[in-house]
Amino acid sequence: MSELTVTLLRYGFLALLWVFIVAIVMSQGRDLAVDRRRRNKGGGSGAAAPQAPQQAAAAPQPPRQLPQSLVVLQGPTSGRTYQLGAAPVLMGRSPESTVPLEDDYASGRHARLFPQGSRWFLEDLGSTNGTYVNEQRLTRAVALEVGQPFRVGKSVMELRS
Amino acid sequence: MTTPAAAPTAPTAGSSASSAPVQRRRRLTELLLLVVAWTIGIGANILVDPEQASSEPAHVYRSAAVLIGGSLLLHLVLWFRARYADPYILPIVVTLNGLGIAMIHRIDLLMDSSAGTNQVLWTAIGITAAALVLLFLRDHRRLRQFTYISLVVSALLLVLPLLPGLGTEINGARIWISIGARTFQPGEIAKITLAIFFAGYLSTNRDVILLAGPKVGPVRLPRFRDLAPMFAAWLVSIGVLVFQRDLGTAILFFGLFVAMIYLATGRLSWIVLGLLFVAAGGVVASQTFGHVAARLDAWWHAFDPAIYDAPVGGSRQIVQGIFGMASGGLFGQGLGQGRPDLVSYSNSDMIITAFGEELGLIGLSAILLMFFLLISRGFRAALGTPDGFGKLLAGGLASIMVIQLFVVIGGVTRVIPLTGLTTPFMSAGGSSLLSNWIVAALLLAISHSARRPVVTGPASAEDIAEFEAHEREEQERAELHETERAERAERRRQRQQAAEARKATAESKSSEAQS
Repeated sequence: MSELTVTLLRYGFLALLWVFIVAIVMSQGRDLAVDRRRRNKGGGSGAAAPQAPQQAAAAPQPPRQLPQSLVVLQGPTSGRTYQLGAAPVLMGRSPESTVPLEDDYASGRHARLFPQGSRWFLEDLGSTNGTYVNEQRLTRAVALEVGQPFRVGKSVMELRS
Repeated sequence: MTTPAAAPTAPTAGSSASSAPVQRRRRLTELLLLVVAWTIGIGANILVDPEQASSEPAHVYRSAAVLIGGSLLLHLVLWFRARYADPYILPIVVTLNGLGIAMIHRIDLLMDSSAGTNQVLWTAIGITAAALVLLFLRDHRRLRQFTYISLVVSALLLVLPLLPGLGTEINGARIWISIGARTFQPGEIAKITLAIFFAGYLSTNRDVILLAGPKVGPVRLPRFRDLAPMFAAWLVSIGVLVFQRDLGTAILFFGLFVAMIYLATGRLSWIVLGLLFVAAGGVVASQTFGHVAARLDAWWHAFDPAIYDAPVGGSRQIVQGIFGMASGGLFGQGLGQGRPDLVSYSNSDMIITAFGEELGLIGLSAILLMFFLLISRGFRAALGTPDGFGKLLAGGLASIMVIQLFVVIGGVTRVIPLTGLTTPFMSAGGSSLLSNWIVAALLLAISHSARRPVVTGPASAEDIAEFEAHEREEQERAELHETERAERAERRRQRQQAAEARKATAESKSSEAQS
């Protein structure tokens, strides 16, 4: 091989490495922008669902105080009330959970409520049947408003201040 | 617990509870990138010695067959089993593996050894293992059931090299087992099982660890009993590694431990505590273990002639590696043009300096960026997957790679003392290659569940049917379990009755004999 080919191959190989990297970076651009659409909408952090526009309009400012209690509206344990502190709450059939659900449609460790600032966030823990807010299955943690019902298995619950 | 397979329907527009953008499958992107990866990997194998490649092409054909065939196999498996898996992980891994094979082969040509053939063989084994993982692990959450089994398996794997007869000591570290003529490092597999254990344990207990326990100043300490299994795991790994005298792996396990606690709790105090532990451990180790003190000297006074010329534990290896990288400069000597064989272990621990010498700063930073992209894809999978276990597992596996790269590249560039660890996917070494391919497969499986669209809105009749079938299955399993238990109880009762009867007859006999 001539000197020229060797040099060309040498630099060509380095260039190819970088072409590979640039190709990956360019094509993953959209994938890395996790949630641009939502962020642009501004403040639509899950509570302002289409079915509850009045609620969202009535309470544009989140209440200062963390909601204090969790009420089970429907389901096998309906009527029960749980006092919430500032600790995360685990909901599920497993005995270790803070809010045990005697519900065949709930998973052992179904969902989790955790406080953040002055709001409670609801997060599904990879349950079999999902956690629903406004008939929408959760794919990520969302903020819950007071009086907004959510469904875990067959149980429907809501937060009260 | 398995999720009813989600039908790929787009989420309703405007739903804010679930408006994560629908990911495209991008399997074609993967295929295109794979073509580039093959060009790089096989091109490197030819470029290291074009004349040899044309006169004796066996090695090039072998590695091309394994790289192309293996990645096509994995690509097909992904098509059928994990259609939404991350499209970048596989091409990056294939590229790194191909580059590693090329460099090992290149050093073989100089040293007259056969590590390259071995590496190609282990690549094939690794790819097969990855394909099997993807085929049989339909849902990564199933691994969670093996939380405590993984702890036991990790402990066993770590103890194996200490057993007389099975364990083999190489270069003062007792981390190999020999089966026949081959050696294997069980610790490489243990890092995966430990990550599974940490992920399973922490995803269950993180709230307890976070909230219960006494508060000392601004730091809330977890209760001891919540952390006891974690510390057991930690003690097992550290204790065994003190006996095996392998500093690199000890740092890797401890780093994994700290990283996963941090990932689970989000408390910076764990990192601070961990660094304090490492500092304290380092001081103790350098006072007690001669080889650790020698490593520290070789790092700190690397250019001191007395230490450079020391027959054992000198700094010759590090300094030669640095000279190699210096001679590489910006563009490198060109593949096949340098002298990486001057550095000892240039095809395993020091492979990064060999690349620095032959590809220069530009090529080495390209390699580092590929690792960076690979790790960022791992963390991306962790961010995307909905379940806590998967998040922690993907984060932990990516952290393993980060720590490993930091320890080995920091070591060869004299940022930290050199401790022997492998560069993932590149260094010669079958066990490391196998375990890294399994890690890649797990990341692919988790990224599939991260990018897969979920059904939203009210459940369809189909979903309900599927769910009921699942319930029935569970019920049948429970009934089966119940009948088995009843049978066992029945058998036990019969045994007891028989034993009592026997005892009674024996007693009556003895009383007869007495009378």
